[in-house]
Amino acid sequence: MSHTVLFYIFSTLAVLGAVMVVSHKNPVSSAVSLVLTLFSTAVLFVLLHAHFIAAIQILIYAGAIMVLFLFTVMFLNIRDSELRFDSMNIPKRMTFLFLFIVVVGFFASKLFSSSPVVFPKLEGPENFGTVAEVGRSLFNDYLLVFELTSVLVVIAMVGVLVISKGRES
Amino acid sequence: MEIAVTHYVVLACVLFAIGVYGIITRKNILIVLMCLELMLNSCNLLFVVFSRLYEGATGHVFVLMSVTVAAAEVAVGLAFVVSIYRQKESLDIDLLKLLRG
Repeated sequence: MSHTVLFYIFSTLAVLGAVMVVSHKNPVSSAVSLVLTLFSTAVLFVLLHAHFIAAIQILIYAGAIMVLFLFTVMFLNIRDSELRFDSMNIPKRMTFLFLFIVVVGFFASKLFSSSPVVFPKLEGPENFGTVAEVGRSLFNDYLLVFELTSVLVVIAMVGVLVISKGRES
Repeated sequence: MEIAVTHYVVLACVLFAIGVYGIITRKNILIVLMCLELMLNSCNLLFVVFSRLYEGATGHVFVLMSVTVAAAEVAVGLAFVVSIYRQKESLDIDLLKLLRG
């Protein structure tokens, strides 16, 4: 029962945050709304027994990535006149909004009219979704992928240094 | 009514659609990047949902990889934003037509 209540509360918050990301003029308010969405999604992860992923979501997404965003916004020091160009004209926007509501509504009605797939009771190991369980899978079956990820991060770091250094000197 | 897989799938669809709408209509490059994050996040939600449905840890591992890629992408994207802002003094994505022949 509490699952239902929590799901409705936090899914509403997630959608609300997402709408505010799209509708705010100021990038700082957008970033703060995105934190709301990411936090609500983390709570939904906990409801799905993915405790480790929820912790990662808050630490990396809401922590590191959003701080990087906010730092860049502050660093650029955007003037208010800069923000006026921001958005298409209203009829175009309304057309896209209508189109998206129709498409999503169509999919939602299709999905809800079919018979619902209920989550089964957890039968497997007791510690589904914990650090131990995810770590065992990560370091046994996906070790190569994990190592390749480190190469990706190094490449991204070098790329950032090269791009932000500029062409002078 | 019990919360089924359907509810989560619809929620992920709605979040994804909001992200796509933001990418199409907004012109501030920072907000476009944030909408990209929103879309990645909705896909992560789907991975976790189906991982719970089939009781495997594979979905969780994939979400970890996806978060890593998102972090790398944001770092490179924000470096581009800074260097573009240095050159153009603006964040309007319509001004970016350097590659037009």
